[in-house]
Amino acid sequence: MSALDLDRRNLAGAVSITRAFRITLERDLMLAFRRKGDFVNPFVFFVIVVSLFPLAVSPESVFLSRIAPGVIWITALLAAMLSLDSMYRADFEDGSLETLLLSPHPLYFLVLAKNCAHWLVSGLPVVLISPFLAIMLSYPSDQLIILLISLLLGTPFLTLVGSIAVALTVGLGSRGLILAVIVLPMCVPILVFGTLAVNAGLTGLPVEGYLALMGAMLVAAFSLAPLASAAALRISVA
Amino acid sequence: MLELKKLSCERNDRVLFENLSLLVESGDVVQISGSNGSGKTSLLRVICGLNDYFTGGVFWKGEMRDSDVEAFRNDLLFLGHRVGLSKLLSPIENLKWSTGRKIDWSEKDLLQALSRNGLQGFEYQPCFLLSAGQQQRAALSKLYLSNEPMWILDEPFNALDSEAIGMLENLIMQHARRGGIVLVTTHHKLKIPSLRTVDLS
Repeated sequence: MSALDLDRRNLAGAVSITRAFRITLERDLMLAFRRKGDFVNPFVFFVIVVSLFPLAVSPESVFLSRIAPGVIWITALLAAMLSLDSMYRADFEDGSLETLLLSPHPLYFLVLAKNCAHWLVSGLPVVLISPFLAIMLSYPSDQLIILLISLLLGTPFLTLVGSIAVALTVGLGSRGLILAVIVLPMCVPILVFGTLAVNAGLTGLPVEGYLALMGAMLVAAFSLAPLASAAALRISVA
Repeated sequence: MLELKKLSCERNDRVLFENLSLLVESGDVVQISGSNGSGKTSLLRVICGLNDYFTGGVFWKGEMRDSDVEAFRNDLLFLGHRVGLSKLLSPIENLKWSTGRKIDWSEKDLLQALSRNGLQGFEYQPCFLLSAGQQQRAALSKLYLSNEPMWILDEPFNALDSEAIGMLENLIMQHARRGGIVLVTTHHKLKIPSLRTVDLS
């Protein structure tokens, strides 16, 4: 043990919470890029489903611009659902989750790091592509910014809240629909306000109130959802 | 250092162990033995705090474990049955994350720990390309980088060749000599002089 003299480095606890957060985030991003299907699939799903609407419903631009907010929002929600399941699955199966739970840092921040990584690879691409799809649905381009803001506030909420349900179900052998049954009802409020905000923008009504409410929901999810996820993970692993 | 008081645990209406009391002092190596399904892994998970379905008390350094969980976790190195190696990451990336939340090791230290464990040339390969024994070695490299006083190892000898088994036994003995404690489950006959055994059967 001469080369790695451990007594010389009695540094337990010297790693700050910010560093623990950063290396967990980096690890998850690295994993996501090695498992490309996990984040490419939801993105492709989002693009394809939105583009099917003009073909199946009606190509008429007045009608399309009416349904555009709802279509984009619902598809974003379903795309998030698709990608959620991978958040803790692999870690649960290879035992990394136990390592994470036995970390000396508050689990809140480590779960938050995993949620951030998930949003960056699955939520952010959907937000960024949505203006193009909106234009395809004849959505007025001067209203794009409102759609963009509503999705920027909404997709992190979906990740944070979805994380609780994934954490609860990660230990179950066959999950099937249960994830959707837990997640979708919890996401109704953000869906309602997201589409209300965008529709209000379309009809020229003030949107600030809706966006402020969505911001408040996001802040609440930020501060509470990782705690719930952490507790759920402890239950699932036990 | 570690004291278990009247631990009882049942799983699926079957009692795994009952009124188990144990005092482990600094420098002890304890082998938990017992037939398959006798609750060895459950006992280790109860001690770590991964399994809360038990009665009794776990004391660390004279204090209830849960009175200062963070200090307890700082002192604990747990290597489970599933070793916590992500198949898509290379050994060095895995090690960086799994040890880096406690000590900020340099890349050189990590490489050294891996090569001591016979993984030269494999440091940057994704783990799914390594054999089972090499993966186990990669996971065990954590032990070279550990300054936690308590090691809890669940079947660490799985898939290891005789050379690696000898190295791991040496590591365990060295750790005990430095005043650490080791709890280990295995069906392998440990060649460790002052070994204590707890039989769950």
